[in-house]
Amino acid sequence: MLHIRPVVPEIIVFAMACVILLADLFWKRRFKGLMYGLTQATLIAASVTAYGLRDPRARVVLHGMVVQDRLSTILQIAIFALTAIVLAYSRTYIVERGVFRSEFFVLALTGVVGMCVMVSAAHFLSLYLGLELLSLSLYALIALQRDSIPATEAAMKYFVLGALSSGLLLYGLSMLYGATGSLEITRVATALAALPRHDLVATLGLVFVLSGLAFKLGVVPFHMWVPDVYEGAPTAVTLYVGAAPKIAAFALFLRLLVEGLHGLSGAWQEMLVLLAFLSMAVGNIVAIAQTNLKRMLAYSAIAHMGFVLLGLLSARVSGYADALFYALVYAFMTLGAFGIIILLSRKGFEAERLEDLRGLYQRSPWYAWMMLLFMFSMAGVPPTIGFYAKFAVIEAAVSAGFYGLAVAAVLFSVIGAFYYLRIVKLMFFDAPVDAGPLRQGRDLRWLLSLNGIAMLLTTPWAGTLIAICRSAVRGLP
Amino acid sequence: MTSALALYTAIPLVCLAGSLIAGFFGRILGTVWTHRIVILGIAIAFALSAVYALPRTMAGHDLDATVYLWGRAGGLPLTVGFLIDPLTALMMVVVTFVSLMVHIYTIGYMRGDPGYQRFFSYIALFTFAMLMLVMANNFLQLFFGWEGVGLVSYLLIGFWYTRESAIFASLKAFLVNRLGDFGFILGIAAIYTVFHSLDYATVFAHVDAARHARLAIIGGTSWHMLTVICILLFIGAMGKSAQMPLHVWLPDSMEGPTPISALIHAATMVTAGIFMVARMSPLFEQSPVARSVVLVVGASTAFFMALLGMVQTDIKRVIAYSTLSQLGYMTVALGASAYAAAIFHLVTHAFFKALLFLAAGSVIIALHHEQDLRKMGGLRRYMPITFAATWVGSLALAGIPPFAGFFSKDAIIDAVSYSTLPGAEYAFAAVLAGVFVTAFYTFRMLFLAFYGEPRMDAHTRHNLHESPWVVTLPLVLLAIPSVLAGMVLIRPLLFGHFFRGALYVRAADNPLTRMASHYHGVLAFIGTAFVSAPLYLALAGIATAWYLYIYRPELPARITHHLHGFYTVLRAGYGFDAVYLDGIAASARAAGRFLWRVGDVQLIDGAIVNGTARLVGRIAAWGRRLQSGYIYHYAFAIILGLFVLMTFFLHRG
Repeated sequence: MLHIRPVVPEIIVFAMACVILLADLFWKRRFKGLMYGLTQATLIAASVTAYGLRDPRARVVLHGMVVQDRLSTILQIAIFALTAIVLAYSRTYIVERGVFRSEFFVLALTGVVGMCVMVSAAHFLSLYLGLELLSLSLYALIALQRDSIPATEAAMKYFVLGALSSGLLLYGLSMLYGATGSLEITRVATALAALPRHDLVATLGLVFVLSGLAFKLGVVPFHMWVPDVYEGAPTAVTLYVGAAPKIAAFALFLRLLVEGLHGLSGAWQEMLVLLAFLSMAVGNIVAIAQTNLKRMLAYSAIAHMGFVLLGLLSARVSGYADALFYALVYAFMTLGAFGIIILLSRKGFEAERLEDLRGLYQRSPWYAWMMLLFMFSMAGVPPTIGFYAKFAVIEAAVSAGFYGLAVAAVLFSVIGAFYYLRIVKLMFFDAPVDAGPLRQGRDLRWLLSLNGIAMLLTTPWAGTLIAICRSAVRGLP
Repeated sequence: MTSALALYTAIPLVCLAGSLIAGFFGRILGTVWTHRIVILGIAIAFALSAVYALPRTMAGHDLDATVYLWGRAGGLPLTVGFLIDPLTALMMVVVTFVSLMVHIYTIGYMRGDPGYQRFFSYIALFTFAMLMLVMANNFLQLFFGWEGVGLVSYLLIGFWYTRESAIFASLKAFLVNRLGDFGFILGIAAIYTVFHSLDYATVFAHVDAARHARLAIIGGTSWHMLTVICILLFIGAMGKSAQMPLHVWLPDSMEGPTPISALIHAATMVTAGIFMVARMSPLFEQSPVARSVVLVVGASTAFFMALLGMVQTDIKRVIAYSTLSQLGYMTVALGASAYAAAIFHLVTHAFFKALLFLAAGSVIIALHHEQDLRKMGGLRRYMPITFAATWVGSLALAGIPPFAGFFSKDAIIDAVSYSTLPGAEYAFAAVLAGVFVTAFYTFRMLFLAFYGEPRMDAHTRHNLHESPWVVTLPLVLLAIPSVLAGMVLIRPLLFGHFFRGALYVRAADNPLTRMASHYHGVLAFIGTAFVSAPLYLALAGIATAWYLYIYRPELPARITHHLHGFYTVLRAGYGFDAVYLDGIAASARAAGRFLWRVGDVQLIDGAIVNGTARLVGRIAAWGRRLQSGYIYHYAFAIILGLFVLMTFFLHRG
């Protein structure tokens, strides 16, 4: 019994997903909000459990499949929290669009299980299993509005490209298996250390694995799906896709590259330099040309993932902590930005274009200020928390000696500031096109305000938060 | 924190609290509660200064302590700390007393002004900044207070911000002060390079060691570091204390409300420079060159600014030029190493100049904000208290015994006669001649305003009456020290041991010790005045003023006509304004316009900023086209990326 303790949160979530599916059969008509309530309760229970079962020592269980350490605990709790917020933000939205169905919640929960498995994977197979569970849930979620042509198209594209990238990842994993003779991450690491420095098979395997991972994180040149999916999917789903899965994909980098392939760090560092540079460049520059808010945020996501890589590629523990901090901060910033889109949308109207933000200050000064905080945080304007995140990863790159890349990162964040500030300009200085009042649920309003204020008020504790991230990655090589 | 330190800390903080309350909650509190709270705060500060700080330091309990460590910058601790010695305590009493009088007076003067609460907030803030300045125990805090008073002065000169002239004057004051501050902060930086510390105590303790430090200036010559430091610091003092040629802001500052002219531009802020030089006496004593500069600048200011006072027609401007001239006297005393005499004059001047300003303000209130002397006259019948107060202030300013100004001014003239520095003869002649001019313009103002036929329009004359008690009470309270301060203070300040170690003078050239050998009490001091030139010069000045403005009032116009060229030069203030405005400011504006139109608009904005933006925009549009929407393009990009990574590493490996 003891050895399943670490996976109890996953079991809870998965079991509840089944319960909800069944309950839907019988009580669908009688209790409208039941499924939603059950889902939120599940997420809360799972995070409480994960917190209660925390263990400072790393424990590998289930025949070397799953590891429980501080990193997995922190990331799981973050995933539960992010998903819970996503669902709260989306509640009204999905009710109005007729997708307030148990499928939505079940798929969201199975995705959560997939992510949890990813962040605590100790084995190539469990890692792949988690990844596929998440990906399949995402495909289905995006296509949930079956009548929507853009959504179906986005799901189709994501599915095909996702299959391709999964193939690349699997192929890379099989090569690594060939080179090291093991699928367990720790054993792969030890076997790699014994190999010659430039072992051809291992390096090739690394390239394929990295390509697969880069696709999941959405960095250039494996990013093409991101804008189309962000734009095509219903905003509630975009919110889901944009927040927690980024954390999980980031965890894959830590588990695979850092834990497993640390012996090849010289090689992957240079690959990541290339990917980070391209992501920051393409993400920030192409975002300027966008007129669709969701698309713009998609490119912004690409750019931000480039910044996350900046911390990773230092190949130092402090750099991993900075990258982790950045990824978490980013997830909450992006939640807020999409939250504002949801706030502005209503039945039959999607506030997707930049124009829709015009004159928000006159319609609702408070939420204009909130959006300003999200935008400032994304642009990295002090004293928002986003500034500290950006500062930390750039500092990590500098301390690892990547001066040129750090300079490029600063320049690209300056370019990026343009499109964030353009939104501020639209909100504060332009006349509103759509003057209707904002009608949304109280939960969304409160959470969104909290989310926005957090961008500012967490700043004094940035040091503490980074210290927590540091403790999470302490065990990494 | 000891209880002494806590009490000292409370003194500036009650003023700050008053300012913040008036500023942020003034609207809620209303006018009456605002001025009650602020005045209570200032009164507490005054009471603590007079009843606690002054007796304590006089009893020999100096204090030099750090209150708060604000931060560290590269090994340099940035602290807030207080040095309370007799010099500081005296300044605190003067500042808080004049400030308290001005606060009370303001109730009457600013009644009905829409910015009533804002005004109280500013003057309380000013008192806070001035206290921080005089109480500082390090250069950084000195600079903080220095800039603080500068800022509040700017805010107050431009208090009536809808007036074009007020905005102009406030900007001018600010810019000219910046010029001085530039020298001041360079001086502080030089001190840090030499002494590696910004604490007074540390700096003064190592002055001897630094005496031979030299600084190479362009062209192979080298200067004594201490001379450079002192001159730089003095440039700061020239800005704040309005010495030639940085004096141009002070007459214009009369655009501010009159209480401010009394508080800031006569009694306190402008004396910051004098105070600072006195505080730095251990440095200045090491540099005869710097003191010589101080002497000449002060003497020129004392005489030439007094001349300008003779031709002004605005009652406040007369007093403003007189302030400039009196500040010149103080500066001369500093140059002659008679620091105590400078501070003595600073104190007496603070009282009688504030008195004169407030009296002028009382006249202005009575005449419904008319300031032109040519439209006054005969006011003595209508405003007896103001009239008497002006008499007291004028006698003190002219230096007639036994009024306060006589003692301090006579001491300065005496001290200069002992000085052997280069330029001392010139300085002596200037201050002596200044006595005549001072008496003349002072009584010209008095006679024009209060004697003769009333020249205002009938409606104004009909409604003339004495000002309310909140205005006349400060006049009376200020008149008392204007009479007595000289007699009471001369012994302890000049010849006693009041300052002890606070002011440092090298024994060899201490003019005050030489004067002390001739000093035999107040009456004897007055007696000697009757056998020396200054008193007769002053009386001659008064007599001339009487002759020209009461006995034969048609004469001035004829004199003006005959001396037309001289008169024009004086009216134009020697052309300083013209040079600054049409020369320096105009060419700076032209350069600015050029840089704006060509450099900024065309080069930076046009080519660099917008050019880059256009380039980025074009790249973005191009990059956007890559996103074709076709799934096989996307897959191709992935495969391409894979191959790039692969070939890159296989090739390298």
